[in-house]
Amino acid sequence: MPPTVTPTPIDPRGPRFGAAITSVVLAVTLLLGPGTPALVLLVIQTAVFALGSLVGLSSQPYGLVYRRLVRPRLSEPTQLEDPRPPRFAQTVGLIFAVAGIVGLVWAPVLFYVAVGFALVAALLNAVFDFCLGCEVYLLGRRVAGRPLVSAGSEVRA
Amino acid sequence: MTGLYVVLAATVLAVVFGVYRRVTDGRPRAAQDESVRLDAGQLGRELGTSATFVQFSSAVCAPCRATHRVLSNITADEAGVVHVDVDAESRLDLVEQYGITRTPTVLLLDRAGVVRHRIVGAARAPEVLEALEGVAGRRAA
Repeated sequence: MPPTVTPTPIDPRGPRFGAAITSVVLAVTLLLGPGTPALVLLVIQTAVFALGSLVGLSSQPYGLVYRRLVRPRLSEPTQLEDPRPPRFAQTVGLIFAVAGIVGLVWAPVLFYVAVGFALVAALLNAVFDFCLGCEVYLLGRRVAGRPLVSAGSEVRA
Repeated sequence: MTGLYVVLAATVLAVVFGVYRRVTDGRPRAAQDESVRLDAGQLGRELGTSATFVQFSSAVCAPCRATHRVLSNITADEAGVVHVDVDAESRLDLVEQYGITRTPTVLLLDRAGVVRHRIVGAARAPEVLEALEGVAGRRAA
């Protein structure tokens, strides 16, 4: 594979489990509509994305729940995966969640659009195992012309 | 009420897109224009004597690993068929030139370097073998 430094692989079911929780949280946020309860939920979800994106998947709260409570009840994973794709997905989620918060404070339309798209991405991840953010990554690189993710920044997950 | 509609719309969008991808991903599509070539000079590697898989991968791409395994298995059994895994980010020149929009994308070249098939998404082994058979001109594995 092309990456020069390969970070410690992770159980791919972890990020998928997290995406399922994220889907529920985002759906409830949308159903609540603009207001304080939605703001509180969205701030919590934003913090979750921020931990997963900026600190690493090993600090992502839903991932911690998966490893503590779910994984011990499952069989060993059939294969492990590179943590960089799901970590990048957390970054994309973070951007949409922040946009959603800005929308809540500023313009409800932005809230509905941003959180709606975040929900689409989370559902695709949870249900179909598709990482939408990872797919548009290359398009972003073509436009930006510089790396958005540094190789080997993830130490352990 | 708006929230409910947004949740429903997002769910429908996710399901339609997900099913569409499930159906179309990883299937080789024959090239319409057979004048597009990729030669050893551009690639920096010798082409296979019967066919070459040029895979474009990126670090943030989980299906790239699966595709790499599928193609490695196929080429291991096939003399004359080469598998080259290119880091798309370090070869943005090729990405632009061949219109690669997402990873993994695989170009299947014939012995002359003509791009005969394009496989977008996690490659499916049976269909890839079938395409290879057509390109390499004999029964694959």
